[in-house]
Parts: sequence; structure tokens; C-alpha cells
Amino acid sequence: MRDDFRPGRAAVVGAAESDLGMVGAGYSALDLMAQGVGRALDDCGLTLRDVDGIFCATTQSRLAGLALAEYLNLPEAYIDSTSTGGSSFMGHLVRAEAAIAAGLCEVAVVAYGSTQRSLGRKNTSTAEWNPYESPFRPFLPTTAYALAAARHMHEFGTTREALADVAVAARQWALLNPQAWEKTPLTVEQVLASRMVSYPLTIRDCCLVSDGGGAIMLTTPARARTLSRAPVYLLGAGHCTTHQTISNMPDLVNTGARISGSMAYAQAGLTSSDVDVVGVYDAFTINTILFLEDLGFCAKGEGGDFVSNGRIAPGGTLPVNTNGGGLSYCHPGMYGIFLLIEAIRQLRGECGARQVPGAEVALAHGNGGVLSSQYTVLLGGAGTI
Amino acid sequence: MTMNETLEPKLSPHARYVQHLKAGELAYQFSPAADRAVFFPRVLCPYTGDAALQWRVSAGAGTVYSTSVVYPRKGEPYNVALIDLDEGFRVMSRVVTDDPLAVAIGQRVAFRSVQEEGLDEPIPVFYPLEAT
Repeated sequence: MRDDFRPGRAAVVGAAESDLGMVGAGYSALDLMAQGVGRALDDCGLTLRDVDGIFCATTQSRLAGLALAEYLNLPEAYIDSTSTGGSSFMGHLVRAEAAIAAGLCEVAVVAYGSTQRSLGRKNTSTAEWNPYESPFRPFLPTTAYALAAARHMHEFGTTREALADVAVAARQWALLNPQAWEKTPLTVEQVLASRMVSYPLTIRDCCLVSDGGGAIMLTTPARARTLSRAPVYLLGAGHCTTHQTISNMPDLVNTGARISGSMAYAQAGLTSSDVDVVGVYDAFTINTILFLEDLGFCAKGEGGDFVSNGRIAPGGTLPVNTNGGGLSYCHPGMYGIFLLIEAIRQLRGECGARQVPGAEVALAHGNGGVLSSQYTVLLGGAGTI
Repeated sequence: MTMNETLEPKLSPHARYVQHLKAGELAYQFSPAADRAVFFPRVLCPYTGDAALQWRVSAGAGTVYSTSVVYPRKGEPYNVALIDLDEGFRVMSRVVTDDPLAVAIGQRVAFRSVQEEGLDEPIPVFYPLEAT
């Protein structure tokens, strides 16, 4: 990542979810992507004919960029459909910003859609045979995260109760979000007593399996000034790919987020103490603990203590995953775009009961694969550039 | 050898690995340039880009790096573990015991090659060291 990054070359001007949860038989991933695009355009006052840049990914289309260009009739749009799993959309945001700065496009959409709940996981993701892992039947991705959790427990004394605290905090935030899938309270005891999936992770340590999609819009600062919404800016970004398969992760308790976060902070000239609202990709409860450590919100090994006593729940000292997260709000398989949408909404002050008052700097941390791709972005309102 | 030389035509890195398993051996590659083990088997060293990887056979002794127990909706729970071999490489495997939850991080284990029903190739599994 370049060190001379200068924020303000492009503005994030729109953000919207598609329908979430269980959308109904017959809807496609592209339907949800397009619905997200339509709503994000409405959100900022641009029209479909303004769009000349497509950045998208989904597990349900081998050529997602072509599919969305066809669906939206955008034959001349600049296309990037790179997939780094759930972190894809952080990468799309960074490259959309760069593409606008470079003059490759002027109005870019970052989009995602999935009908994973309606169709079932097996029908929406291709299982790849790996001769060094598949014969041992890890229940992926869960077992990969379980191995990380077990190692974290071994090295630092982290408890299953601490993991459960993450799920409980996410649920408390979800109860403040009308869009969240989960509508009832959750206790630590319930998490611990729920069905074991891959020890030490129970089903309540695992993210939801939902349908859903969304989109965000970026454009030039000049064009942003003509639009209705207060612009949000990319302040810094970083990424790190430590491995693809969990047996190749160098260190199960130190993720690439340490590097991706350092890059993002350095680029933005900020530290973790400057962040007002935090979003980390909580596919599993251990993720939140690992990422809060690796992104500098607490010391390595102290994540279990850090997430306890309601510290990351509503009313706590650090607002984390204010939409309810992948654990309780929605998780259609590649969750990164929802972290971006929530960060943008928090910076625009639109979050109602879950709004972090005066939020000016938001961190959105994407994760892809099995702790494989780590992608951190820092976003800020107009006052931050 | 440079990266531009032709690849061994008949025996891919994976095929060589399987050939060793069929002989009851756990093989891995060693990079002289990087002075370290390389696993999974591949055609060039991921640390130096050097194609000159040597094949070595592990003594088969290792330590459990992490462990999980998968609870399938149908069938019995089973162990999945990551094993650090003494030669400095890690593999996914399972530790064969009566109680999969009893497998512990730090436990010493020993390799055995097994041919399982339903699999085309033998796989490396591990037994608690004291039991072998």
C-alpha cells in the first residue's frame, strides 16, 4: 500500500442493504445485488445511467462482474470482481476509490448479493477438495475457527464464557437494529448450552446463515458536493493474506489483521484510540477477540477479558459491531459489505437507537476465507480530511 | 535449477508425497536456500522462489498444535487436529483415540499411514506417542 495516500480523492455517497433474512423462493443473488444498487442510488440521488464502475463479488456467480453489467445494462462500465471471500468489499472500496482518482470511472458501485439461506450453503458455495485437509473432514469454515479458538484458550486462558460474551454483546446490539434477524435476548448460559458444532464453538458462536445483499456508491468529490448525503471518505486501508487453508496459517492466534490494521492506521495517521465505532468481521465469536487484539484495542491475549462485562455491548466503553454483526444481524456468506454499510451509516448519524453519538472515525475490518484475507479500512466524515 | 526448467513429467509433487505414504512414510520438502521445511508439496520454494526443493522423510514424531472435535448431525464426534512435526512443518490430521475431546494441545504424537475406505490415497494420522 502506498505511504503517500491522500484521502478525499473520492467520496462514499450512498449505502443500502437489499432485503435481508429469507427473501423467498426464486430470487437470485443478482436480484439482491441489483436491489441493493437501486436503493444505494436512491440513497444518494444518482441514477443507474450515472454508473460507470462495477465492483462486486458473490459465490453464486462465476463471472459476477459480467453478470451485474448484464443485469444493469452497463456495457461500458469498468469492472472489478476480485474475490477475497468476505473481505472482498473492503478491497473493492479501496480499488473503486483508486479507480475514481485515476479517472477510470466516475460513479462506482460496490455490490454483493446472496441467497444462501433460501438455497442452502451447499448450493451456493463450491466445495474444493484439498488432499491435505479434506480427508480429515474439518467442518469448514467452523473447524478452522475452532482450531484458532482452542489455541487461544490454550495460550491465554481464554474461556468459552468469554467467547459467549461476544455473542451476547452482538445480540444486544441486534435488538437495537430493526433490520437484524435475531429479535430475542441471548444469555451466556444459552450460548454454552447450545448445540456443539466444532469444539469449542457452539452454534451460537457461529454466524447466521441468511440471504442478503447491499451496495455502496462512490463518486468524485466534485460530484459528491451536488448530492444530498454528507460524504464519507476513505482515510486509510491495509490488507494481509497470511494463507488460504487453515493448516497453512503461520500462527493461529496472530492474524494478518495486525499488519492490515497497522497499514491502515499509518496511512490515515490515526491509532486505535481515534476510532469511534468499530466493525470487525464476526463470522465466529473468536474473530472479535482476535481482531480487537490485532487491531490494537487491547493487548494480545487479553481479548477474552476485554470483551467481558459488557465492554463491547451497548453502553460499554467500545462500540463494536453495532448492527448486531454476522452473529445476530445478517450473514449471507460474504459479510464485508455490511460492515461498510454500518460504518457509513454511523458516520452519517443515521443509526437511531444504536447510534454512537458524534462518530467521526469508523473502522471496518473484513475477513475472508478462514482467517486468510484480512482487510482493514478506516472511514471518516467530512471533518476528518 | 531455475524456474524455467521443465517440470518432472510423470511425478507431481503431490504424487511423490502419496508414493511415500504408500510406503508408510510421511514425506516433506526441504528448501536448502531457505534452510527450512516446506509443506504442502509444491514445485518451488515459497520463501526463495528456488525450484530446488529436496524430498525428505519425517521421523514421524510431532506435537499437537491445535485440536477440535467435529459434531456431525449424523454420526459420532471425531477429532481434527493440526500437528507440528519435529522437522518444522505442520499438517492437518487427526489423533486416533477413544475420546476425541481428550486430545490436548502440546501432546506428543506419532505418525502412521492409513488407507481408509472411500479415499483413493493413504492419509497421515497420528497416535498418542506413549501408545505406539
